[in-house]
Amino acid sequence: MFLIAAALLLQPAAEPPIDWDKEFGVEEKARDPVTGELPVDPYVQDNRNAGASPFSGTAMAEAFGGQDGIRRIANRTVELSEADPRIAAIFVSHDMVRLKRTLFEQFCYILNAGCDYSGRDMATAHKDMGVRMRDMNALVENLQAAMREENIGFATQNRFLSKLAPMSHDVIER
Amino acid sequence: MDQHFPRLLAALSLALACVASPAWAEDAPVIDGGKLLLTNGVSTIEGTSGGGVATWATIAGRETDRGIGLSGHVTLIELPDYGWQSHGVAVGIANRIELSYARQNFDTRDVGTALGLGQGYTLNQDVFGAKVRLLGDTVYGDPLLPQISIGVEHKRNRDTPVARAVGAAHGKGTDVTLSATKLFLSHSVLVNATARLTKANQAGLLGFGTAGNDDHSLQFEGSVAYQLSRRAVIGAEYRTKPDNLAIAREDDWLDLFAAYALTDNLTLTAAYVDLGSIATFDKQRGGFVSAQLAF
Repeated sequence: MFLIAAALLLQPAAEPPIDWDKEFGVEEKARDPVTGELPVDPYVQDNRNAGASPFSGTAMAEAFGGQDGIRRIANRTVELSEADPRIAAIFVSHDMVRLKRTLFEQFCYILNAGCDYSGRDMATAHKDMGVRMRDMNALVENLQAAMREENIGFATQNRFLSKLAPMSHDVIER
Repeated sequence: MDQHFPRLLAALSLALACVASPAWAEDAPVIDGGKLLLTNGVSTIEGTSGGGVATWATIAGRETDRGIGLSGHVTLIELPDYGWQSHGVAVGIANRIELSYARQNFDTRDVGTALGLGQGYTLNQDVFGAKVRLLGDTVYGDPLLPQISIGVEHKRNRDTPVARAVGAAHGKGTDVTLSATKLFLSHSVLVNATARLTKANQAGLLGFGTAGNDDHSLQFEGSVAYQLSRRAVIGAEYRTKPDNLAIAREDDWLDLFAAYALTDNLTLTAAYVDLGSIATFDKQRGGFVSAQLAF
């Protein structure tokens, strides 16, 4: 009993809690008050980052219901994927606000619906995400479901997918 | 030093990638069932993954690059003078290797009597297959680079005396296949081309080679399919065959098929097949139905 009391007395005064983020130099990321997006490392914006050349003509953009339809499909694809137990974990610490915007821009640019793509290239954007083919397939299925909900014809869906499928090598981790 | 730096960087990033290896990749079940619908093809009469009659470069089972897939099938073909039944299983490993087994049962019905074998004599054959995907992907990657696979099919006829009686040299034979398959998404069209080295007479049911011609010959299998929806596909196939036996002409095969993925695991295939002349009985045209269960 006496020993415990002595030990307690010998304890130094309570130190303030350690800020481990500061100790390890972790910078706190704050969301942009306007866009609600987290900052990313600087990069050069270029439509070529979209990873595919856009369709010519307006047929594809019209088939997808213009920018409004494309935005619904991009948002829905992200929402379905967030709720998809197969791949939900990939998005847990991801900036979903930014993802919805850049995915919309990418789709809109490729479908030639009058957008520029301001996001990063596919290899950089998916770096260290550990995406496997199983995850990629799940995302494709969610995109297909989103397009189905917008009544996009299957041949038109596939035409769009033909622009995305060649990017697999930049997305899937080998 | 300049040359070493990128290599060191690569090694470091590899090490980091290993450490940072995310949890979900490990969480995927071994039988992951993650393959896109219908991209495992449908079982062929030889038990390999393909389009029913032609072998494709696809790998059986619904696994992706880190999983194992399983597949089983039953096929019935109703012809004017014959009845065909086959069934088999296949294992797909990492969408890279396919191991398959099929048992073929060919009911000669009244022809059996005519040939002196007896009414309803059934020719049987076991087919053991192995296929390896060499490169490419049916769906992803370079839109002009197909999935390319090489395969072997070791066939063991269980009625060797009959095969010999009709003039075959052997009761066993091994086919080698080289296949290229690509889904051209921009047109929703899948194309397959397969080169097959074979000695088989009527796919082996009438044995392999003859006394006069015991060499493998190069044959061709071509398929074109159109994807109607995620679950439905229609197509046509053509398969050339050797014509070695003196006593009976052998024709090329063709089929028109429709496949439907009733569920993610169950695919039904129906086809019209024209198998030509079989053991002197011409115009063997009829119906093909097949059910495939895949995981």
